[in-house]
Amino acid sequence: MVATLKRQFGSGIGEASTYLGQDYMVVDRSLIPEILQVLRDQEQFDYCVDITAVHYPSREKPFEVVWILYSFARNERIRVKTLIADGEALPSSVPVWPTANWIEREVYDMFGIRFEGHPDLKRILLPEGWKGHPLRKEYGIIQQDKEWVQINLGIESGQ
Amino acid sequence: MTDGSTSTTSHLELEEHDKTFLDSNELIINMGPQHPATHGVLRVILKLDGEKVLGTECVIGYLHRGVEKIAENRTYAMFNPYVDRMDYVAAVSNGLGYCEAVEKLLDVKAPPRANYIRVILTELNRLASHMLWLGTHALDIGAITPLFYTFRDREEILKIFEKYCGARLTTHAFRIGGCLYETYEGFEQDVKKFLVFVAPKIDEYEELLTTNRIWVERTKGVGKISGKDCIALGVTGPVLRASGVRWDVRKAQPYAAYSDFDFEIPVGQNGDTYDRYLVRMAEMRQSLRIIRQAVEKIPEGPIMAKVPKVIKPPVGEIYHSIEAPKGELGYFIVSDGSTQPYRVRVRPPSFVNLQALDVMVRGQLVADVIAVIGTLDIVLGEVDR
Repeated sequence: MVATLKRQFGSGIGEASTYLGQDYMVVDRSLIPEILQVLRDQEQFDYCVDITAVHYPSREKPFEVVWILYSFARNERIRVKTLIADGEALPSSVPVWPTANWIEREVYDMFGIRFEGHPDLKRILLPEGWKGHPLRKEYGIIQQDKEWVQINLGIESGQ
Repeated sequence: MTDGSTSTTSHLELEEHDKTFLDSNELIINMGPQHPATHGVLRVILKLDGEKVLGTECVIGYLHRGVEKIAENRTYAMFNPYVDRMDYVAAVSNGLGYCEAVEKLLDVKAPPRANYIRVILTELNRLASHMLWLGTHALDIGAITPLFYTFRDREEILKIFEKYCGARLTTHAFRIGGCLYETYEGFEQDVKKFLVFVAPKIDEYEELLTTNRIWVERTKGVGKISGKDCIALGVTGPVLRASGVRWDVRKAQPYAAYSDFDFEIPVGQNGDTYDRYLVRMAEMRQSLRIIRQAVEKIPEGPIMAKVPKVIKPPVGEIYHSIEAPKGELGYFIVSDGSTQPYRVRVRPPSFVNLQALDVMVRGQLVADVIAVIGTLDIVLGEVDR
């Protein structure tokens, strides 16, 4: 499969390997969302299990966005990863899998990664108007938006 | 309103009058977050045309505790009890998924005896979860009796958990590498006794509901969703199977000791609330079947694999998922080689399944929203994490 994709997309597909029996490939940001569409239509990865991100603050491109896909026909999983810079947006995959709607909202909520073309990109778990994205590494574990807490809950601190 | 007996207005004029008297615009109403039928703190904004639902929007996050952030600041073992607090009615399943994911990352395998204990407890927990679902779902629709029956019988499962590990709900039953506790004296007898006890009880629930006219009318054809839509929306678990897709992680990618047992995946055809009810009932019987086989041939041997005292998985990442009572529960763990996970992502089945609510209730009645929330079997602790 990787060979066919490499022929199709050339050097846009970087490292493609297996770790502990699980396949993954790192693709260039410019291939999103075409590669996802191709994986769904040609390779039968019809079920988007999850979309998430990992923050590596010391890297040049600090965010790694991960799509976990599953194919019912092949009974296989694959992880597609791409690296993006802080503040860089990604095209939304809602047109490919409607399930991406809430999952992308959560990624935005937790990391501040914007998805272009998302029908309704706003916070999902945290309240609207909250400052900060908690799963970024610089966000402390007991950090909170004090101002929001004081105004909306009428208490000094949520701790 | 015009009194028909004394009025001289014609039928047509009455209608004109009604048009201004009764507002026929769309109505937005708010359901929750404090509503007994939302199974926790879920807020649903409904756009209505009379009684017909035109659209919904879920507002979630009221129970958000930042589980994924906590994970990054705890060691692998310390984070283990936290996962119990996501889907708190199926804590054993959550723990199993997490422990197995870390074991995969460490490249160790739990010994066979531990796997059998895990399967028995996890399937008991699936039963407990389905019983709680049935009781509350029936209560939402208006049948009060099943709640008492299911809670009475669920108690027997909780008693086994309590005797095994001391806790009834958030059990923390498993450890990374196997189980901490050996089965107690008389565990197998207790489980066997429970199997004999509960089989006729499941028939009893079915007697109350399966052919009950009110139940059938409230559930048949309500909240329909096709298998194709389920896959597109990432819906898993009994909801997916009730729409005719025969897929279960226990069969597709067996974990623990599931490949040793003989069991079937019940599926439905119509993808409506009634079929989801039938699928879950059949699943309860399949769970009994698995437990019966597991308890018959539970092997002797150690219950803990060789795991270092300080858990430091090598640099790398893993995705591992299990079939939780609600659907596919996955853990994506990234290790940077230290004692704490670099990132833990939980793929919660309730969160993803809840997204299908909008598709399922469009064009239906307000009362059906309650039925559909019940049939999705969500736990807000897991939706919000």
